[in-house]
Formats: sequence, structure tokens, C-alpha cells
Amino acid sequence: MSNARSNPIVAFFASVQLALFLLFILAATSIIGTIIPQNQPSHFYIEKYGEQAARFMGILDFTDMYSSWWFLALLLLFVINLIVCSLKRIPQVLKLIRKDNLKIQPDRLQNMHFSHSVSYDEQTTPQQIDSFLRNNGWKPEQRVFKNGILFFSEKGAWTRFGVYVVHLSILIILTGAVLGSSMFANKVLHRPDFAFKGSMAIPETQKNNRVFPFGKQTPIPLGFTVRCNSFSIDYYANGMPKTYLSQVTIFENGKPVPTMEDIAIKVNKPLKYKGVTLYQSSYQPFQDFLVTVKKQGDNDQPTLQKQAVIAPAKQQKWQEADVSFGILNREISRNITQRIKVWFSDNQGKPSIFWVAAGQEASIERPTGTYTFTAKQLYATVFQVTKDPGVWLVYLGCGLMLLGLYIAFFTSHKKIFAYLNMEDQGCTLLLAGNTNKNKVGFEKTFQALVDASDELHH
Amino acid sequence: MDSSTLLGLTMLAYLLSTAFHAGQLVFRSKGAGLVGLFLAVLGLLIQTAGIGLRWTESYAMGIGHAPLTNMYESLVFFAWCTTLFYVLIDFKYKARVLGMFTMPLSFIAMAYASFSGHISADIKPLLPALQSNWLIAHVVTCFIGYGAFAVAAALGVMYLVKLSSQSGGTNTYTESALPALTELDDLTHKTIVFGFMWLSAGIITGAIWANEAWGTYWSWDAKETWSLITWFLYAITLHVRFTIGWTGKRIAWLAIFGFFAVLFTYFGVNYLLAGLHSYGTPG
Ligand code: HEM
Repeated sequence: MSNARSNPIVAFFASVQLALFLLFILAATSIIGTIIPQNQPSHFYIEKYGEQAARFMGILDFTDMYSSWWFLALLLLFVINLIVCSLKRIPQVLKLIRKDNLKIQPDRLQNMHFSHSVSYDEQTTPQQIDSFLRNNGWKPEQRVFKNGILFFSEKGAWTRFGVYVVHLSILIILTGAVLGSSMFANKVLHRPDFAFKGSMAIPETQKNNRVFPFGKQTPIPLGFTVRCNSFSIDYYANGMPKTYLSQVTIFENGKPVPTMEDIAIKVNKPLKYKGVTLYQSSYQPFQDFLVTVKKQGDNDQPTLQKQAVIAPAKQQKWQEADVSFGILNREISRNITQRIKVWFSDNQGKPSIFWVAAGQEASIERPTGTYTFTAKQLYATVFQVTKDPGVWLVYLGCGLMLLGLYIAFFTSHKKIFAYLNMEDQGCTLLLAGNTNKNKVGFEKTFQALVDASDELHH
Repeated sequence: MDSSTLLGLTMLAYLLSTAFHAGQLVFRSKGAGLVGLFLAVLGLLIQTAGIGLRWTESYAMGIGHAPLTNMYESLVFFAWCTTLFYVLIDFKYKARVLGMFTMPLSFIAMAYASFSGHISADIKPLLPALQSNWLIAHVVTCFIGYGAFAVAAALGVMYLVKLSSQSGGTNTYTESALPALTELDDLTHKTIVFGFMWLSAGIITGAIWANEAWGTYWSWDAKETWSLITWFLYAITLHVRFTIGWTGKRIAWLAIFGFFAVLFTYFGVNYLLAGLHSYGTPG
């Protein structure tokens, strides 16, 4: 900051005052978007705030403020401020770290925050001092002066960079955020498939290979195909949903990928494949049913199986086994089909008609053999599909931030000087030290060193 | 004995602790302060047992999860963090009067959790979105931060009280019972630094949780945005101290102001603004 020869533009962008101002403005303007609902259709604002106010909000982008030009401009200014300020200071810190600490007038050591001197009647050799410091955890360098020898040792000189690790981490997080944003993919790279967020609905037993990005009409091809094998909801005893579970298989070139068959996707347990992540986000119930019928085989006949999606009150024929079945009625509670009334015939005698719980297997004895019948309500699972090539940078930045905060706050730079002054009769040892943080903790360290120095001649 | 009985006793202990701490100033009695500290420690132990018991109760109900998943549980945990923080500072820095300023917060949090019509104390099963270890990490880190900020605000108030009683000229008991101004200033700063570290971790773990559950680590939802605003405010507080040398009265006010932002993030967003976070939903 005190660098006078810098030009005024650099000085402006390097100033802490600007940083404080920007932090304050960012905090203050961020409030707007928490009060005005964001990204609603325009009629919402007109109804809620009136024509005049809605137009005003539109002009200032208050309805989508976090991606508005002025908010992004503030962020950009903040980033420039952070870079310029840090770049300007890092050389000064380096200089401080590289400084020759032994280039000091030994008699000025007394002015340090911590100092203590002891005199001895006997001579003390520099080797003694050196090993004394080493035994107490300090690795000294030394230099010979006119009347004595100066020792210096420091710890944590690099901790001065903690602050800059924090500042850098913010830049890394923001870079990751830009890299992963669909705005960057669309407007800069012109490649919508580089980064996107959208949703994809897949009815059970069916496949999908495209995702509709939020707020857009054109779908993005995924590059692979997802089949929803099944979707189910599990409930707690009190009726609250416990699990939403989709089982999916991923196909490439029409064939299932061996490691990606029948994979479970749950809330908080997404599936990652080729940089794309599928999150369980919602579901849609259909009127139709997913029916599985099996004919038990015997000695000379194999077991036959058929799966079909059928609408209620529609009859379905299964040629191979020569049977027909249909769903006559259903019992619904909490919006979900609980029980189903089934009609089943093998064209021999009276058809079987019975109730069965949704999803449960019913066994049917017929003149032509034993059949099992399962029917469950058909669902489409809905995934949020995200491709975010920047998220690893964001996570890296977050880790660095915590590391940097730890270094900046809880570690310190400690210096110890020892000056051995040779005299005609005996000698004087002057201990001095300083730290940039946690003076209380350092005082204990220093006192321990002073106490230990008493022992030098006993 | 069940967890609600223990948490009820905790509330009582915190109320009595507050009363004795107040008595310390009113009756100029060091003994009352000591009883206040004792009650705070006792309450803390009972509360720890209560939280642990609530945890095992949820497993006994077959819906086991850490007791950190709704407004009631978060308030209880907030009171726990704040009290723990006060007790530690009391032991380390002998700042007993701090209890006069923090124990009311612990008591109010417990009382509000128990008596507010909006808040249910029932142990409920977890919705799918809340079934995540990141949620636990998120709540724990955030509330350690909130506890620290509560204590920092209390220290700020102590600073201002001491300052005004000093400038009043008369050497009152309040004045002599409070630690020196420089010591208060230093403690406030240290506490903010500690809280800032945990708030940062809280925002980060929250972002990771959101990314695991919904595929978006940041969606500018009201709660997220307010936590960022709070974070900015404390970042400003650190910078004005470190770079332009603000201390004392101004930092004390910033500590108090920052805590209001914490409170708004915690309650205001739920009750006044709409958002994703489930704590606010009644019941
Ligand atoms: C939200 C964003 C920011 C965060 C989280 C942050 C974090 C920090 C931290 C933790 C410290 C150390 C404080 C201490 O040791 O008490 C610090 C110091 C500092 N920050 Fe920032 N900072 C941010 C933005 C900025 C910006 C935009 C500037 C640009 C001018 C800036 C300039 C400084 C300076 C000059 C120091 C003092 C460094 C020194 O002299 O050692 N900070 N910052």
C-alpha cells in the first residue's frame, strides 16, 4: 500500500478500501434477491408488485439479479481487486521471508518484544549455545560479530502466506464456478454440452438419451442412453416418504455397459457416468400398470415370462402362453395405488378375479398350470442431470480456503535470537524473540527457553 | 428418564445460571457468579446426556439419526455450543461475567425450542434429502460458528458496558467485575476468528451436501445467500481490524451487528423469506 511509485490505477485496484467497499456492496445488494423471488415469469411480478414496479425491476435485472450484468461486474471488480492487491503484496512478503535476519545490531535486540539477558562467570562456547538452541527445538544460523556471536532461528516464516492461500482459494472457487456454468458453455464456448443442468424423465422400462436444460427448449444429447428399469417409493410407518429409488442401466451403442447395469440412484446417492451426474429429483405417477406374468414350467416346459404396460380396464393377450389378463379396479390412498383387482383367464373355465396388493406377487392355479401375477403402478422417474466440469476446482478451492484460514489464524511466525557476548570474565547471553501472532503462547515458549538457559552452567 | 425431561432440566439450569450471574452484578457477590458457572456446567452435562439419549431414542424408534435435523434439535445444539463456549472461556480467561451475557441466550434458545408453537419436539423420521452425513457435518460446523458469534456479540456488549461505565466516572462494581477493555477487545477478535473458520466450513459442507442431494452446490437460495452475507460481514470485520487497524468500540459494534445477521440467517429467512431449507417448515 505504501508503494509510492505505483500508478494510480494500480493503486486504486490494490486498495483495501475498495475491497471493503466491494464486500459491503456485494453483501448489501445480495439481499435484494432474497426478498424479490427470482426467475419467475413476468406476469408474476406484475401481479405481485404492479406494472410500474415490475418494469423497473426488469430493467435493473432484479428478477434474475445474481446473473445480471451489474452483479457480475461487481464480482469481476472484486476479483481484480483481490488479484492486484495480493500480487502487489506477495513480493513484499517474499522479501520479508528472504530477509537476512542476522543483519542486525545486536544491541538492538533488547528492544524486541521479548528479551532476557543472563551473565555467566565462566566462558561459554558457541557450540554450547548452538546445541542448547537445538535441544530446545530451534535450528540456528550464526554469524560472528566484533564482540560476540549472533544466533538466529525462526519457525513458520511461510505462514505469512496463509492469507494469500485464502485469497487464492476464492479465485479458484470462482474459476470453478465459471467453468461449470452453462452461461460460459453457451456464450463463450458455444458448446451447450460442455456444462449444463437440466432434467430428464424416463418412464419405467423405457430409455432416454437427451436432457432438457432448465429454461431452454432444445435438448442436449447425453452421448449415452439411460434405461429406467424400475422406480419405487418406500414409506415410513407414519406415511412420510423414506426412499425414492430408481434402478437404471446405461447403454452405449445399443448395448448395456457391463459395469453400469441395474445401478441404484437415490436422493443423496447420485450416479456419475462420463462427467455427467444423475440425481433423483422427482417422479410422475401414471394411470398405467406395469404387469409381470410368469407361467411356472414343469419337466418338459420352461418357465415363460412376460412384462407389459397396460392401461386400467383394458384387456391384454399373451399369445405365447395363451392367456389374457386385465385390471378391473384399484384402491388408491395417499395418491398411490394400494390394491388392484385382477381379471385373469386361460380360456378354460371361469376366469380368476381377485384383489392383490400393488407390487406383490399373486399365485394363480389354473387348469393349464400355475401362474404368478405382479402389477404395480407405472412411474416415470425424473432426474436432474448435471454436467459440471468445474466442480473439482470448487472443491479444491474450498479445501484450500480452510487450509489457508487455519494457517492465517492459528499458526504464527516465531523468531528467536541469541547473542553471546564474550567478556574478559565470563560472558553474557542475550535471548530475544518475537512473533506476529499469539503473543501469549509465544511468551510461554520464550520463558521455557529462558528457564532452560539457566541450566547452561550447572 | 427420557430426553425431553433432561432437556427440560437443562432449560431450568440455564435459567437459574442466568439468575445467579445477574445476582453476581446486582448483589456484588463473587459467590453468586461461581454458582452461576456451576449451574452452567451442570446444565451442560445434563444437556449432553439429553442429546445423547435423544439420539438413542431415535434408534429405538427404528428411525435412527443424529439429533441435528430440525429446528428444535438445532436450537438445542445452538444452546449447547454457546454454553460450552462460555464455560471454556471462563476456565481459560477467567471471564466469569461473560455468563451474564451468554447464559440468557442459551436459556432463550432452549425455552424457544420448547415453547414456540412453530416448533415440534417430536422425533421424526428423515426425509430422503436429509439422509446425508454431509447434513450432519453442515449443522455441526455452522452451529459451532453460530455459538462463537453469539459469544463474540456478548463480549462486544461487555465491551460497550465497560466503556460506558468507565466514562461514567464512578467506579461501579460492574466496571470492576468486567475484564480490561484490551482483554475484551482481544477476546472478541479471537472469538470472531474462530467463528469465521467454522462458518466457512459450514457454508462449504452445506454446498457439498446440496451438490450431493440436488446437483447444485450453490443456488442463491435465501438461506445460502444470507449465510454468504453474514460471511461477508465478518470478512469485513477481520479486514478493518487487520488492514486499517480498527479496534475496540467499532469491533464491538461489528460483533453485535454480525450476530444479528447470524440470527436473521437462522430465523429470519425461515419465517420472513421463502427458501429451500426445511427447518422453517412448521411441524
Ligand atoms: C471474502 C473475501 C475475502 C476473504 C475471505 C479474505 C480473507 C482474509 C483473511 C482470513 C485475512 C487474514 C486476516 C487476519 O489474519 O486477521 C486477510 C487479510 C487481508 N486481505 Fe483478505 N479476504 C477477502 C477479500 C480481500 C480482498 C478483495 C482484498 C483486496 C484488497 C483483501 C485484502 C487483504 C489484505 C491486504 C490483507 C492483509 C494481509 C497482510 O497484511 O498480511 N482481502 N484476508
